[in-house]
Amino acid sequence: MLEINDLHAGIGDREILKGISLSVKAGEIHAVMGPNGSGKSTLAQVLAGNPSYEVTRGTVSYNGQNLLEMAPEVRAQNGIFLAFQYPVEIPGVSNAYFLRSAYNEIRKANGQEEVDPLEFLDLVEEKLKLVDMDETLLSRSVNHGFSGGEKKRNEIFQMAVLSPRLAILDETDSGLDIDALRIVAEGVNKLRSPENATIVVTHYQRLLNYIVPDYVHVLANGRIVKSGGKELALELEEKGYDWLQGAGAGAGAVA
Amino acid sequence: MSSGIEALVNREYAYGFVTDVETDTVPAGLNEDIIRTISAKKNEPEFMLEWRLKAYRRWLTMKEPHWGNVRYPAIDYNSLVYYSAPKSVKPLQSLDEVDPELLRTYEKLGISLNEQKMLSGVAVDAIFDSVSVGTTMRTELSKHGIIFCSFGEAVQNHPELIEKYLGTVVPHSDNFFAALNAAVFSDGSFAYVPKGVKCPMELSTYFRINSKNTGQFERTLIIADEGASVSYLEGCTAPKRDENQLHAAVVELIALDNATVKYSTVQNWYAGDAQGKGGIYNFVTKRGKCAGVNSKISWTQVETGSAITWKYPSVILQGDNSVGEFYSVAVVNRKQQADTGTKMIHIGKNTKSTIVSKGISAGEGNNSYRGLVRVLPKAENARNYTQCDSMLIGNKCGAHTFPYIEVQNNTATLEHEASTSKIGEDQIFYCKQRGVSAEHAVSMIVSGFCREVFKELPMEFAVEAQQLLGITLEGSVG
Repeated sequence: MLEINDLHAGIGDREILKGISLSVKAGEIHAVMGPNGSGKSTLAQVLAGNPSYEVTRGTVSYNGQNLLEMAPEVRAQNGIFLAFQYPVEIPGVSNAYFLRSAYNEIRKANGQEEVDPLEFLDLVEEKLKLVDMDETLLSRSVNHGFSGGEKKRNEIFQMAVLSPRLAILDETDSGLDIDALRIVAEGVNKLRSPENATIVVTHYQRLLNYIVPDYVHVLANGRIVKSGGKELALELEEKGYDWLQGAGAGAGAVA
Repeated sequence: MSSGIEALVNREYAYGFVTDVETDTVPAGLNEDIIRTISAKKNEPEFMLEWRLKAYRRWLTMKEPHWGNVRYPAIDYNSLVYYSAPKSVKPLQSLDEVDPELLRTYEKLGISLNEQKMLSGVAVDAIFDSVSVGTTMRTELSKHGIIFCSFGEAVQNHPELIEKYLGTVVPHSDNFFAALNAAVFSDGSFAYVPKGVKCPMELSTYFRINSKNTGQFERTLIIADEGASVSYLEGCTAPKRDENQLHAAVVELIALDNATVKYSTVQNWYAGDAQGKGGIYNFVTKRGKCAGVNSKISWTQVETGSAITWKYPSVILQGDNSVGEFYSVAVVNRKQQADTGTKMIHIGKNTKSTIVSKGISAGEGNNSYRGLVRVLPKAENARNYTQCDSMLIGNKCGAHTFPYIEVQNNTATLEHEASTSKIGEDQIFYCKQRGVSAEHAVSMIVSGFCREVFKELPMEFAVEAQQLLGITLEGSVG
């Protein structure tokens, strides 16, 4: 589904990603872990097409297409969803209107008919249960005045409604108490299917107690310094990241 | 060194309208003879002519105001043509002759073909919906004793009402543009709602027969008698094709005891091209007087057009317990300039006013809010709430706020809130990441910003206003 090959990217002159290669197949969950500043969020933003970042080298292919040439909205219309680390507030625009616009634009781009507000309401009601939120969420302004936990749950709610093929969760666990964490994780698990893939970007192992990954990759200084199965996450929990940072430098020298 | 207006005059010459002088137009320039001619052509009673002349003589002593935060080349008032009857405007034969840009906008607004023709000045066949709608509406209104007609008709048929109320809110000497309007105004709307009558429908110039080509000096007078209420929609939301560059209109609203007047405008006149050439100068004086106790006047405006907007719909809160409201959205893009706001003059006891102003600046546009809240010595317990928000799109536009507060009674309570925000790249990226195009994202974010004002508009107006906003801001984000 997703093939990242020797990806270099940064902001201005500062290179943040220094050669990432990663392959994600349908049905898989990949966890990308690493210390602060290792480039985890940059990777998520670059995959979503944030124009603040410049890709300087490498390729990304998504279902056989050149992802880097696609505009952010086209990526979304093709099934890429980013759950933001810091969800953005849009005062005065109701969640329902925002999400219905997104839903319909994605349908339109895929040659499907748009749904009217009533049909949409039916559709979202069950998704609300998934993240344990009630209907008042729909009439509130997008993320405006939301608590940190509500914002994150709203991201997962949006993901549930838009049912993406590739979901990227950027530090969705940060700022969540344990109950909210469970709700969010359950939401993600219910959406899991053989056709979809998920990339979970996180600093801590705890989210991975609930969302069990097939693969874990450790990012340090803009490179993947170690990949492994879910047990790697536990090892990191125990040893921290320090023992791998050195490996990162070594790997870089070799590459 | 040909200003837009001179070019305009030349163009009229090119069409040969001057040969029509006897029947349709008067020569360019302004003097007492021209005013007498206008008044005579309109078959006005003596008091109207006297009033026009009084205004003209006063106007001669006045200077064009330049305190507004707007810039434009000097206007040569002697090169303007002050009277031109509607029939001198040559109707186009088909939509093919209309500017395709305009048609594209109509299409986006979902305006029917017949309406498109009417709006762009194409001759329409005899059977046309709005004519019959207009007639039905008049019959219904007259059942309730409501008078709704052109200003000219009102002068002929109800001179006593005109004489009683004309100029009682905006005097002939009020300001430079209002005085000019008083001297030369050609037509406009008139509405009178009698005692105790709640007007059963929204009154709109859109449905008034002969509302086309009322010209650049329009005058509107709306009176709600004791206990009456009326909601009035000005104009139409489609961009008006209009060759007059200077518009100096006057609107007067009067609410007697326990009466309510609600006045909504969606203004989308030609704003000029991308270089800022052409476009309408909209220098308007709008004012309402809450003359009676417990009366209420509410202004709602959405300003998206015109090259320059200079406009301060105001309320004089004379009656005790009267209420004044001003809800405004002003959008500037490209090289548009807007200096707009309101005045709330508290005279009576327990008077209350609310001001909500939303300014949006994009492109190289410049937007200023200018507002005055004045509490006079006898206005015990006056209250005002002002909220004034600006939104910037891009980094070449400007937003300014000039609030004036004058309080002469220490029982008054005034609140003022202001904010300035920038449409964030992050907001746009967030929308795009959800599959929403940049254009839709901008119009969504801006509509959200304006929600408090839009909810004051009548339903169908609100929907169109939202669409218009999207069109106005088109291309403002790369």
